[in-house]
Amino acid sequence: MANVAANAELAGQPTLGAPDAPRLISQRERALRTFTSNRTAVLGVVMILVIVLIAIAAPLLVPHDPLDQSVSNRLAPPDSEYLLGTDDKGRDILSRVIFGARIALMVGVFSVALGGALGTAIGVVAGYFGGKVESGLMRLTDVMLAFPDLITGLLVLAVLGPGLEKMILAIGLTIAPRFARIAYGPTLAIKGKEFVEAARSIGVKDGRLLRVHILPNVGGDLLVYASLWTASAIRLEASLSFIGLGVAPPTPTWGQMIREGTVHLALVPWYSLAPGLALLATVFAFNLVGDGLRDVLDPKARA
Amino acid sequence: MLRHIARRLLLAIPTLLAVFTIIFIIVRVAPGDPATAALGDYASAEAVEALRERMGLNEPLWRQYVIFLGDLARGDLGRSLITETPVIDQIAFVLPYTLELAFAATLIGLLLGIPTGVLTAVRRNSMTDYVGRAVSLVGLSFPAFYLGILLIYFFAVRVRLFPSVGSAPFSEPAQNLHYLILPALTLGLIETAYIARMTRSVVLTILSDDYIRTARAKGLQEKVVLVRHALRAALIPIVSLVGIFAISLIGSSVLVEEVFARPGLGKLMVGATKQKDYTTLQSIMVVYALIIVVINLITDIVYTYVDPRVRYG
Repeated sequence: MANVAANAELAGQPTLGAPDAPRLISQRERALRTFTSNRTAVLGVVMILVIVLIAIAAPLLVPHDPLDQSVSNRLAPPDSEYLLGTDDKGRDILSRVIFGARIALMVGVFSVALGGALGTAIGVVAGYFGGKVESGLMRLTDVMLAFPDLITGLLVLAVLGPGLEKMILAIGLTIAPRFARIAYGPTLAIKGKEFVEAARSIGVKDGRLLRVHILPNVGGDLLVYASLWTASAIRLEASLSFIGLGVAPPTPTWGQMIREGTVHLALVPWYSLAPGLALLATVFAFNLVGDGLRDVLDPKARA
Repeated sequence: MLRHIARRLLLAIPTLLAVFTIIFIIVRVAPGDPATAALGDYASAEAVEALRERMGLNEPLWRQYVIFLGDLARGDLGRSLITETPVIDQIAFVLPYTLELAFAATLIGLLLGIPTGVLTAVRRNSMTDYVGRAVSLVGLSFPAFYLGILLIYFFAVRVRLFPSVGSAPFSEPAQNLHYLILPALTLGLIETAYIARMTRSVVLTILSDDYIRTARAKGLQEKVVLVRHALRAALIPIVSLVGIFAISLIGSSVLVEEVFARPGLGKLMVGATKQKDYTTLQSIMVVYALIIVVINLITDIVYTYVDPRVRYG
């Protein structure tokens, strides 16, 4: 009888009269439960969804064209038409903050994708092949890691020059060694496992072995870091824009708005403060999710 | 002890060599000619050629590399492409400002962060813990320049307690400190968030160790258990992490120097980047590499003091 109940349970049907029957759940389901029971992580996901929606729907949401200049209405305080006031060229600050989400998310996502792909490739190849390849790649990685990310980013951007693609490339290259370090360890561990040896013994080639057997097993850890480093990438983009090396005007970016606004802090405080709040909320959201994911993958760290 | 330090110093040499080589390569793979970049697109061909000659860009790459390393060994960091002054003079002028800032920020971070971390760990899952953790997660997400601007807004614009931007020379210590407070607080508060969070998790791990249970079981007061047993052990990982944070703090100081218009290594680097002054850029990177090696060395030395296993091992 109990067996039947358990089977019904497995099939996903509601069972009556067997409340104590062991409930078997898959690893994926357990991970999802751990994550969703973490209220702050769920808050992070909700915040990210809202920010993504805002970025996508930006043209529908903005009260004014973010590029529309009005010389007669420069540095105006907030009123019913310009809710956060206007900037030094008479553009609506609120609309520019909303559009700023696009560059922030774009740079965040693409640079992490680029850095993640490149870094994972470096780490996995170094761990798998060993020898000279390993020592060369990992030495390079360690040297890059020795420097703070902002300084590496600044140096790479100095060499590449300004622009959106360059910015993505610079941040991608800055975080690639971080991914390489994370991918390297597990690759070493998995390389020695029996199933890899078995696969090799039946003649599976290196390329397929890496793709089918090694990469999927390294993926989990990398996901956590992808989320945490999206936060870093967005902050890095804003920092470089703030320094004045970002995407060229008039495209609105939060970092650049914050920079322009510092001069007018006394007169139009929202000029700097509003894009800063948006930036803070976005970075915070990705950090929340990264934290939650870490709890899922490493229950020991859940202190 | 001395032998330990000497060995560490020797170990740093190959690392530094690798760093210098990579800096050399990165600066030279820059698309476009550094001489043209420095002089602008409208410079005459003769002027560019003269500058190339003076910069040594006409030499074969391997000779440039040898010259670069030779100059470094003699402590010669070259001349700025733009101002033509020796780079080392500029660096010597700004370096104390950056070090002062980093030192003050680390001090603030330690003084506020360790007590906060211990308190949130001891009162785990209490209101204190939740508030402390929430605040430190927000602190971790704070871009340094934005916190700086908030502090300027509240403590220099709204309430005129501190100067908003600028600096004062070291010959006027009182003024110098007055200008230091807001920038140091900016970095120090972010540092506090990192240190508090890490201290909390380190102390929590240690409090569940067997020897803590033994200490409690033999009837020691909780305060003694915490300070003499738990905190002492916690200091070991804290020291090494504070070293790592100090390095990332050097990175954030770039932004703080921009916000507060303070002289410093970061501000110099930003200027060199914008002007495409590659010799200055290269030299600043070399100085950063040296600073990082020194921070690691200091971390190592402090480590031997807090961890008896290193001292006797």
